Amino acid sequence: MESAVRDTLPGKQPLIKRSFRPPNYESPLEVFDDVITPNDRFFVRWHLSNIPRIDADSWRLNIGGDAAERGFELTLDELKRDFEPVELVAVCQCAGNRRGLSEPHVPGVQWGYGAMGNARWKGVRLKDILARASLKKEVVEIAFNGSDRAPLEATPAFAKSIPAWKAMDENTLVAYEMNGAPLPHWNGFPARIVVPGWTATYWMKQVVGIRALSQPLASFWMNTAYRIPKGKFPVIDRFTSQESETTTPITEILVNSLMTHVGAGRQFAANQPVTIKGVAWDGGYGIRGVEVSVDEGRSWQSAELGENYGKYSFRTWQFTCAPRVAGRMSVMARASNVQGTSQPSELIFNGPGYHNNVVQKIAIDIV
Amino acid sequence: MQRRIGSALLFGFLGVPAHGGESSLKLANDSRLALVQLRCSTCHSLDYIVMNSPFLARAAWEAEVRKMMKVMGAPIPDNDVTPIVDYLTQHYGVGKP
Repeated sequence: MESAVRDTLPGKQPLIKRSFRPPNYESPLEVFDDVITPNDRFFVRWHLSNIPRIDADSWRLNIGGDAAERGFELTLDELKRDFEPVELVAVCQCAGNRRGLSEPHVPGVQWGYGAMGNARWKGVRLKDILARASLKKEVVEIAFNGSDRAPLEATPAFAKSIPAWKAMDENTLVAYEMNGAPLPHWNGFPARIVVPGWTATYWMKQVVGIRALSQPLASFWMNTAYRIPKGKFPVIDRFTSQESETTTPITEILVNSLMTHVGAGRQFAANQPVTIKGVAWDGGYGIRGVEVSVDEGRSWQSAELGENYGKYSFRTWQFTCAPRVAGRMSVMARASNVQGTSQPSELIFNGPGYHNNVVQKIAIDIV
Repeated sequence: MQRRIGSALLFGFLGVPAHGGESSLKLANDSRLALVQLRCSTCHSLDYIVMNSPFLARAAWEAEVRKMMKVMGAPIPDNDVTPIVDYLTQHYGVGKP
């Protein structure tokens, strides 16, 4: 892809630039050799191009909505001081990660493999904040507003919502730290929503508004964008208040894996150990295993799983073989989770290019 | 150099801060490029066009332009749609412009 050049945003290491404005940058493959993605190599994704620099002292988080008994405001200090801090490791993956690999091609940001990252998030439980607002029994969704704006007034503001039950999940956070440091500007400073297990479209950056709603949120970004055909993907979490006859908002991340250590066309010596490494992740059920095939999928062998950082985290894995015969060898990796769900061998095509978790196949050369 | 200054002025006029690298973008230069810059670059850099090529046929490029008008609120006059879609299809599309 011609547009895929390395470029450096302020405060970031060089990343793969997909678009300058709004900034859409993905992590190069080698970043995923580490189970935790460093802040300065974490992908960047914005829809709207006016992204303010936020001053932590004047930032306010406004909580309210028609399904809250009382509204209130929090400063950053109050957010940190008034609620119990929580830490967890979770994958933040763009719904459209790997869209650029879709066959046939579909329009949109042409992401490769790197519109995702795995970080240790520190923040407070959204449910604790909502408890102070006293939710009414009519509540169906919790909606989020960020600070980014489009240059044109007429462009729909970026607003997202999640079901009330997901907002009340003890792992859903308002996070103010990432890997032990304040969130980078490009990743939502000073606070963002963290919805472990769900795609990043709900992880509102630079969050300034949280509203409890008695009616489904009406927003282009809910009603038109980020939707998948109903019944086509093996997802468990449903978002019933936003479902239509034929489509539903994207919810949890599908089980997936990435080979990080071998690139296409790389050469290895025959009769020497070849180690295939990678990461695997899913929507928070937990990785059960990763299998590798070096014979076009005829047989599969278990890879060794690395340390477990929690059910929402990347799980590293590795597999070593010693090919005897020189020539081209294809390597495939396939993760499965504790629900028994695995990656498909054929892409589950959809127009917006979401949920691409087809088994990767990389050809390497044994010489 | 003149073109770089020109595009910097354009972004300045629209009040949109351009990322440093953006001014180095080089798109196919023909008589319609200035129109494409004027109508498309208020909200996004033009690498969006390059990134989405070359796999969209004319109808798909037109759908993108119409989406920008109807959904994203881009104030593109109807008369400009045909030359913009012509440009996109000829340089960044597949099939007949």
